[in-house]
Amino acid sequence: MTGKPVRAALLICLIGVAAAFLAACTRAPRATGDLGVIIERAAGRLVVIETTGSTVLARVPGLGDTSHASVVYSRDERYAYVFARDGGLTKVDILRSRVVNRVIQAGNSVGGAISQDGRLVAVANYEPGGVRVFDADTLRQVADIPAVAADGSTSKVIGLVDAPGNRFVFSLYDAGETWIADMADPAAPQLTKFTDIGRLPYDALITGNGRYYIAGLFGEDGLALLDLWHPEAGMRRILDGYGRGEEPLPVYKMPHLEGWAVAGDIAVLPAVGRYEVLLLDMANWREAGRISVHGQPVFAVARPDGRQVWVNFAHPRNDTVQVIDLVSRKIVATLKPGKAVLHMEFTPRGERVWVSVRDEDKVVVYDTATLQPVAELPVEKPSGIFLTARAHRTGL
Amino acid sequence: MPNVRAGQGCGTARTASYMRPAMSKSLLVVVLVMGSALPSLAGEPPRVRQNELLYLLEQDCGSCHGLRLKGGLGPPLLPADIAGTPDAALVDAILRGRPGTPMPPWDVEITEAEVRWLVGRLRTGEVAYDR
Repeated sequence: MTGKPVRAALLICLIGVAAAFLAACTRAPRATGDLGVIIERAAGRLVVIETTGSTVLARVPGLGDTSHASVVYSRDERYAYVFARDGGLTKVDILRSRVVNRVIQAGNSVGGAISQDGRLVAVANYEPGGVRVFDADTLRQVADIPAVAADGSTSKVIGLVDAPGNRFVFSLYDAGETWIADMADPAAPQLTKFTDIGRLPYDALITGNGRYYIAGLFGEDGLALLDLWHPEAGMRRILDGYGRGEEPLPVYKMPHLEGWAVAGDIAVLPAVGRYEVLLLDMANWREAGRISVHGQPVFAVARPDGRQVWVNFAHPRNDTVQVIDLVSRKIVATLKPGKAVLHMEFTPRGERVWVSVRDEDKVVVYDTATLQPVAELPVEKPSGIFLTARAHRTGL
Repeated sequence: MPNVRAGQGCGTARTASYMRPAMSKSLLVVVLVMGSALPSLAGEPPRVRQNELLYLLEQDCGSCHGLRLKGGLGPPLLPADIAGTPDAALVDAILRGRPGTPMPPWDVEITEAEVRWLVGRLRTGEVAYDR
C-alpha cells in the first residue's frame, strides 16, 4: 500500500506551510514614515524610496502622462494619490507598491489636495476648468465644481490647497478669482468667491498653520493674500509693484509657491521674471528685502528648521542650486547637482535634502549640514519628490 | 563626435551616384561627415541638433504644453490643434514669445531656421527624440 509515503509527504507539506506561515508572521511589518515617492515624469512611473538608507524600494508603472504630476498622501501615510496631466487620479499602495485604484477624471489636470479629515481628494483641472472632488477610499466622484467666473467664462484652476474646517481653496487662472469650497456636505460644496484678486494667478500656497492663502500673480508684480480667519475682510494685494517698474525677463519655467520658505516671520518667495528672491515680513506683509540669486527661481524651500533656504532655477540656468542662510541673508553655497534640477524635498527633520536632476537621470541626496552629496540614485527623468511626512502638513 | 549617420536622408548619397565608384565612396564619406556639422541642403538642422530640439520640445516646452503636447497652462500643440494656425504665426510665437502670456521668446537659443523645422515636425506629429 501507499498510505505511509502519502502520509509522510503530507506531514512534510504541513511542516513546510507552517514554517512559511511563521516566517511571514515573524517578519516585522513595515511602517511608512521614512518612505516617499519620486515621479519618473517621462515614463509615467512612481519610484518608491526610503530615506533611512537612501535606497529605491520599487517602481510602480501605469500612471499615464505625468507631466507636472504631484502627490498627496492618505493620513495613514500608506496611500499616495497621484495627479497626472492627462486627468488621471491614481491611488497607489506604497507598501505593496501597486496601483489600487485609478480614474481618468478630466482631460487635463494640474494638481490636487486631500481634505483635513482625509476623506476627500480634490483635483484642480485645466480641462474642463474646475475642481472635482472624490471619495478618498473609493475614488467615487462626490462633487463637481466648474470654474465659471462672474463674467460667465470658464477658467483653468490652479493653486488648489486644503484648509482647516474641511475646506478647499483654489484660484481661477484666467479670471483672477479665488474660491473657498466648504465641504461640510461633500455633495453640496458651499462656495465663497473673491473676484478681481489680480491678473493671472499662476500658483498659490497656504501657510502651514492653515491661516493665510497667498496667490502669486503672473500678470502683475504682486501677490494676493486671503486671511482665512477673516474671509469677510476679502483679499488684498501684497508686495504690490515689487518689480519697481522694471521690465521683467521672459520666464522659461513658472515658479512654484507650494514649497515656499517661512522662517520666523520672514517668508522667502521667488520673484517672477527676476534673478531674485523676495523676503516678505509676515508681521506686516511688507517687503523685508531681496536677495540676488543665480537665475530665475522656481522653488525656494526652507529646511524644516527655517535656517536655510534652498533655491533652484528656470531653464537654461537650471544646473544650479543655491543655499541661502536666513540669519545672514547671504548665499552660503552654490551647488551644481547637474543639468535640469527640477525639485527638492527635505527629510522631515531636515538633515538631508533630495534633489531631482532630470537631464542626468538621477536624484542626489545632500547632507544639509556639510552641503555635500551623500547618495545618488538612478531615476529616469525625475521630477517631483514627495515624502510621506507631507501627510500631516496642511497645504501639502 | 562626428556622427556619420547624421548625413543620411539629406540626399547627398544620390547626388554622388554618377561618379566613379572609388571616388564617389571617398567623397561620400567627406560629405556625410560634413553633413553632421552643417545644415543639410534642405535647411534641416544637423541630426544631433534635431535631437536636442526635440528633447527641448518634450521636456521644456512640455513644462507648460505637456510632455505629450496635449496642453497645460499653455495650449495643446498636437497637429489637429495647430492645423488652423499658419506657420508664420507659430514661428513668430516661438521666436518672439506672446506678450501678456507666460510664453517667452526662444530666439535666445533657437534660430529661425530651427524653429521652422520644429514647426514642420509639430505639423506631422513626429516629435519623439532618440532616447
